[in-house]
Amino acid sequence: MGCIYGLVALGFVLIYKATELVNFAQGDLLMLGAFVCYMFVVWYGVGYWVAFALAIAIVGGFGAVLDATVLRRVIGQPQFAVVMLTIGLGAMFRSFASLTWGSEIYTLPTPFSARTTRLGGVTVSHEYVAIIVGTVVLCALLYAFFTYSRVGVAMQAASQNQLAAYYMGIPVKRMFSLIWAISAGVAAIAGVLLAPVSLIDINLGFIGLKAFAAAVLGGFGSIPGALVGGVTIGLIELFSGTYLPQGVKDVAAYIVLLLVLAVRPQGMFGTVGRKKV
Amino acid sequence: MRFAFKTSYDHDLGLFRDPVQRRWYAALLAAVLLLPWAVPDYLSDVSLVFIYGLCGLSLMVLAGFTGLVSLGHAAFLGIGAYAHVFFLQDLGLPWVVSVALAAALTAAAGVLVGLPALRMTGVYLTIATLAFALIIQEVFSRWERVTHGLKGRPVDKPVIFGVSLASDASFYFLCLALLIGGLWLTANVLRAPTGRAWVAIRDSEIAAQSMGVHLARYKTLAFAYSAALMGAAGALFAHRIGFLAPDIFSVLLSIQFLLMVVVGGLGSLHGAIYGAVFVAMLPVLIAQMRDTTPQWAGHVVGLLGRDAGAAAYLAVDRFVKQPGLEPGIFGLILVLFILFEPLGIYGRWRKIQLLFSTFPLYKRATFRRQKTYMRSERLR
Repeated sequence: MGCIYGLVALGFVLIYKATELVNFAQGDLLMLGAFVCYMFVVWYGVGYWVAFALAIAIVGGFGAVLDATVLRRVIGQPQFAVVMLTIGLGAMFRSFASLTWGSEIYTLPTPFSARTTRLGGVTVSHEYVAIIVGTVVLCALLYAFFTYSRVGVAMQAASQNQLAAYYMGIPVKRMFSLIWAISAGVAAIAGVLLAPVSLIDINLGFIGLKAFAAAVLGGFGSIPGALVGGVTIGLIELFSGTYLPQGVKDVAAYIVLLLVLAVRPQGMFGTVGRKKV
Repeated sequence: MRFAFKTSYDHDLGLFRDPVQRRWYAALLAAVLLLPWAVPDYLSDVSLVFIYGLCGLSLMVLAGFTGLVSLGHAAFLGIGAYAHVFFLQDLGLPWVVSVALAAALTAAAGVLVGLPALRMTGVYLTIATLAFALIIQEVFSRWERVTHGLKGRPVDKPVIFGVSLASDASFYFLCLALLIGGLWLTANVLRAPTGRAWVAIRDSEIAAQSMGVHLARYKTLAFAYSAALMGAAGALFAHRIGFLAPDIFSVLLSIQFLLMVVVGGLGSLHGAIYGAVFVAMLPVLIAQMRDTTPQWAGHVVGLLGRDAGAAAYLAVDRFVKQPGLEPGIFGLILVLFILFEPLGIYGRWRKIQLLFSTFPLYKRATFRRQKTYMRSERLR
């Protein structure tokens, strides 16, 4: 569970890192990813891995289109406009999903379903192994991409100062579309990985709210931070469900979020600086 | 074009710009006072508009004038509503005292959220208020002694000084009185030093701080004031819906409030009211569309042939009757407004006004945004 939070948080972090926008529709992109994969697997009978790839491609492409058509227009407007915009978009996605796929609850069959491995005395279900392995691999890939590849560094430059990056010959607009595509793709991956564990319905997107807690805990804008934050939130939820009174489990993530924001707003791995006038 | 010649300082200090404006407002007041006799059937809908107006006013102070965007205002509304009902029905306090206490309690909750919020900027604050709202909603459903949990809790009709306000018309006047009171108070606060400090914080925190505005004090004050208004609105809201349940005060309601201030036009009191009218009327409008759109589509397609018409009728009917369409429409409207009219209905109204008053000389560029690229806000 914690890894899923981490993955969704990763999506937030990617977009924030590159464009300084906070995407409140991230959870809904995750939901779309899960639904698209479900549609291919169950309705059209496509193999799981093909459907997985298709879901990533479709949702990723959708993210890029979204940036090119809608989000590009609000760059430079106050952050608040973007928040509102993505909230509106999220509501539209949910509505779209309920109109297209109905409001029933589905389960996604996967090759990992109902198989377990014994690992040093602990029985682990393959679904969870898939989540953990997927998260770690993805995280490592993205980290390497941002640190070592030319495009990744260009993205960081575009995020720090658009104008300066533009003068240096970086195609800022294309970078932003790319980052949205990557982020939406990550959301789709998270959705597909989550689908067998949880169930698919239109409210799957609300997991995005808990992922906020993970992203903030790790420090917005730090990729390893998102992962660590996600795992921490997952563990806190688990333990508070076991040791604390009923009801605390559901809100534990938000309580942690408030505490972190009050005590250390930059999170565990965040950086702070003060704007110079 | 009309110019306001100011011949004394009183002109600058007055609530209204000139006698013409004052007369317009008087006419509006008269119209609103006479409304119960004009449309007696829709009074409870109009009361809801007034309550939403109060909510919009509250969020407008915080988001539109202080620049602190909150996604947790439904929680404040809920605190106000539950507190009022608790004071009124469990402790048996008089109505006026109960509302005042509810507003004070909500203001205290606002300060509580506002205090950690002082260290955050922009979107962090939005996330924090969202988290707060989710926690409060959980509290509503768990704290059964006060809120009666998920079973919900019925609310009596208001009785003030022994006078029962059970009828729609009397409740209408109660809402109207509170809304006008709230508007008058807010308009005055906004042109006092406090309001100017809020606007300064919105435009630039650093500049405001350099000019001697105590950031912490004024931000907390904005939170408290906004929450208190929301608390009073919550008390009315409780009477209006007559039955409180935790899931009423969901994130969706907070989003509706934000929709209200954005659609109305950020940074204007008019905007809060326009937005309230819009948001309160939208579900009614959608419900009507649900009934009429299939017929209309059936007629249009029916021109091609009777079978096609009937098929279109059924298809559209099935489409619009599906649940989950409404939030999508809300979302769509929000997106369209942010993209094409960030100043909201009030901004559009100003543009039309300017178009007529400067008729051949109107320039589109008057309202153009200045800043078109972005610099990092990370280095605050």
